[in-house]
Amino acid sequence: MGGYVLRRVLQSLLILLGISFLTFILLYLIPADPARQIAGRSATAQTVENIREQLGLNLPFYQQYFRYLTGLLQGDLGRSYLQKTEVGELIRSRLPATLLLMAGAIISELAIGLTMGIVAALRRNTATDTSLMVLSFVGVSSPQFVIGILLLYVFSVQLGWFPIGGYGTFRHMVLPSLTLGLLGAGWYSRMMRSSMIDVLRQDFIRTARAKGLKRWQVLFGHAMPNALLPVIAMIGIDIGLFMSGIVVVESVFGWPGIGQLAWQAIQRVDIPIIMGVTLVSAFAIVLGNFLADLIVPLIDPRIKLR
Amino acid sequence: MNRTLLAGAAALLAATALTPAQADDIKQGGSMIVTYKDDVSTLDPAIGYDWQNWSMIKSLFDGLMDYEPGTTNLMNDLAEDYSISDDGKVFTFKLREGVKFHNGRELTAEDVKYSLDRVTNPETQSPGAGFFGSIKGFDAVAAGDADSLEGVTVVDPYTVKIELSRPDATFLHVMAINFSSIVPKEAVEEWGADFGKHPVGSGAFSLEEWTLGQRLVFKRNEDYWRAGVPKLDEITFEVGQEPIVALLRLQRGEADIPGDGIPPAKFLEVTKDPQYKDLIIEGGQLHTGYVTMNVKMPPFDKPEVRKAVNMAINKDRIVRIINGRAVPANQPLPPTMPGYDNNYEGYAFDPDAAKALLAEAGLGDGFETELYVYNTDPNPRIAQAIQADLAAIGIKAEIKALAQANVIAAGGEPDQAPMIWSGGMAWIADFPDPSNFYGPILGCAGAVKGGWNWSWYCNEELDALATAADSMTDPAQKAEREEAWRKIFIAVMDDAAWAPVFHEQRFTMRSERLGGPDAIFVDPVHIPVNYDYVWAKDVQ
Repeated sequence: MGGYVLRRVLQSLLILLGISFLTFILLYLIPADPARQIAGRSATAQTVENIREQLGLNLPFYQQYFRYLTGLLQGDLGRSYLQKTEVGELIRSRLPATLLLMAGAIISELAIGLTMGIVAALRRNTATDTSLMVLSFVGVSSPQFVIGILLLYVFSVQLGWFPIGGYGTFRHMVLPSLTLGLLGAGWYSRMMRSSMIDVLRQDFIRTARAKGLKRWQVLFGHAMPNALLPVIAMIGIDIGLFMSGIVVVESVFGWPGIGQLAWQAIQRVDIPIIMGVTLVSAFAIVLGNFLADLIVPLIDPRIKLR
Repeated sequence: MNRTLLAGAAALLAATALTPAQADDIKQGGSMIVTYKDDVSTLDPAIGYDWQNWSMIKSLFDGLMDYEPGTTNLMNDLAEDYSISDDGKVFTFKLREGVKFHNGRELTAEDVKYSLDRVTNPETQSPGAGFFGSIKGFDAVAAGDADSLEGVTVVDPYTVKIELSRPDATFLHVMAINFSSIVPKEAVEEWGADFGKHPVGSGAFSLEEWTLGQRLVFKRNEDYWRAGVPKLDEITFEVGQEPIVALLRLQRGEADIPGDGIPPAKFLEVTKDPQYKDLIIEGGQLHTGYVTMNVKMPPFDKPEVRKAVNMAINKDRIVRIINGRAVPANQPLPPTMPGYDNNYEGYAFDPDAAKALLAEAGLGDGFETELYVYNTDPNPRIAQAIQADLAAIGIKAEIKALAQANVIAAGGEPDQAPMIWSGGMAWIADFPDPSNFYGPILGCAGAVKGGWNWSWYCNEELDALATAADSMTDPAQKAEREEAWRKIFIAVMDDAAWAPVFHEQRFTMRSERLGGPDAIFVDPVHIPVNYDYVWAKDVQ
């Protein structure tokens, strides 16, 4: 177990290093000149040159990357060209909003997905089952910006139940959490359905029924815990899915998280922010996968890590 | 002619609406909510240089000079009085006494000197440093050889003298741009690079709260020296809201001004709705949208070809494409800019004459070229209209739609972009003076690698005339100077360095509960809105 963890940590670090290198090289190749961008349209050639020197943009590529990496190891993500603020501070100040949104999304995807999956499994091959599965298919395949705008239009603009975007109260959280969670809910309902059907066929369920347990006792006491296993392993991987989703969802709902920060930075080619958010997201995905792998054997002792 | 009359009448109205007697009748108090899509970048007046923070900085800081609200007329701000030497090279400013920074300290001549030294110091990385090039000693400071501008001297606590190395008729305008705002040394030193997040000025509002990515709150400066200003007690800027969401919120009474304007997709619907008729204010803008033609890249080295392009573009149709949010242009200067030539007719739309000109240049069969364009709506659509117009006279233009930074980079290379549609990157004047529309974008100084003169047009004769015009510092020479500039821009058109297409109009929407003269909602200088003079109807 200890050897496995160590190996995975080293592997993760290597992945992160690789991502930082690839992102840096991609952004380096963009034909925009950051010094000129900072200097603005009225700057003299000398001002531009001064800025280039102060930021080390006149150095060769490998030196620039090395400088960035050195800063990174000290927790310094650099300074935004256009926001004129430490990238670390920008991300830190927006991280709570993103985490809150993710928590809301996990809750809504589990609540919706698991319920749909269980109901579908119990009503297998009926019209209920079919319509639930069609619905889940719609959830999986609809682009989030479409769902987001649709929800916003119906529930905020037309019905006025929720605020039109923004951040602060529980009511602000409902629609963005739903939008972000619907994709996962689709997946979970399908997984839960097949997993539940599998478990319900097992001998121990028949035994439980035979010894006279009530239907709900069998369902929640025996079938659910076993059916949930593969689902829990998924949550860690979800974080990766969310990372791509938050860019869209946060922009649609004006949610002040790192997804919106990334979107604004991409539009304005603010390289240090793009770089910083990419690294933080990569870190979150790597961490999520890592944790998922660690948690599974804790829940199911039959699985061993080697 | 009619337009001038109208503009004149509008200016008159605006002026009467703001006479002190009436302005005093407006009670102070109340608040408003302004929304924006992007977070505010910085509120450091030496750094901030986008249209979103431009007006915010003006509300937080003061400079020696400013403009009458809603107009392009200079007025004294922190300078109670000033005098100009006969040779136009020495400006002596007398400061108002008793003006206080938000931290309570009195503002003195030392602060003026400190602020000018700071903005020109290369370490500040100010995008506006170049505006101060005429101050004596600028070159030494810009090169890092001196810490202090030789030409700026503190005569006494309330008098500052600024010596120039050359006469500069635009100098009072320079003293009115944000970069010349007066900042307190102790606050700048306390916050260092983060001064832009913790601004301390002497303006009508002070910054109360800034939650990154969410909101900024401006609070009324109770000690503001200008009596009765500002009108509102508080302004909340909510950021991170898409324009469409901002519009919906305004319609539901949750917000007062959508700072990014009316979203194009909703423009016709909103402007045609009688319910909003009085809530939408239209105003001119010191802006021109143009097609540059790189005179260093054949066949655009031939004036006939450039003239043909001017005649081929159907400007009325392009204005229709953007739902009439602009007026057609025939010269580089916008109509509200001093020096605009009302009698100039430009190149009329005439594809047949254009074809004839091409034939004259030996290009009767047309040619292939590239048109660079910024890739956000409506610019690609406008480029397609231009492409179709050019095709009609035999010019096959391939559209290169790129990110803004990439188009700007291409324009700054001598041999990369034969044509650029300037939309989304076009020149908007830094200050309302014609010289600002020449040097960087049409003069030889801008025709350098990384410059903004994307036509690479460099006419030394016109450069000399421009220098001469900017040497007319005597206010009595105002008309003469305007005439000189008028001639310069018409000469540019004779060479057809650009094909001017339109001048954008601005449309600001405000909620029912806000009051104030229309002109301040489309203020030509306090862009987008002059926050200091907006008042709340619910406290009257």
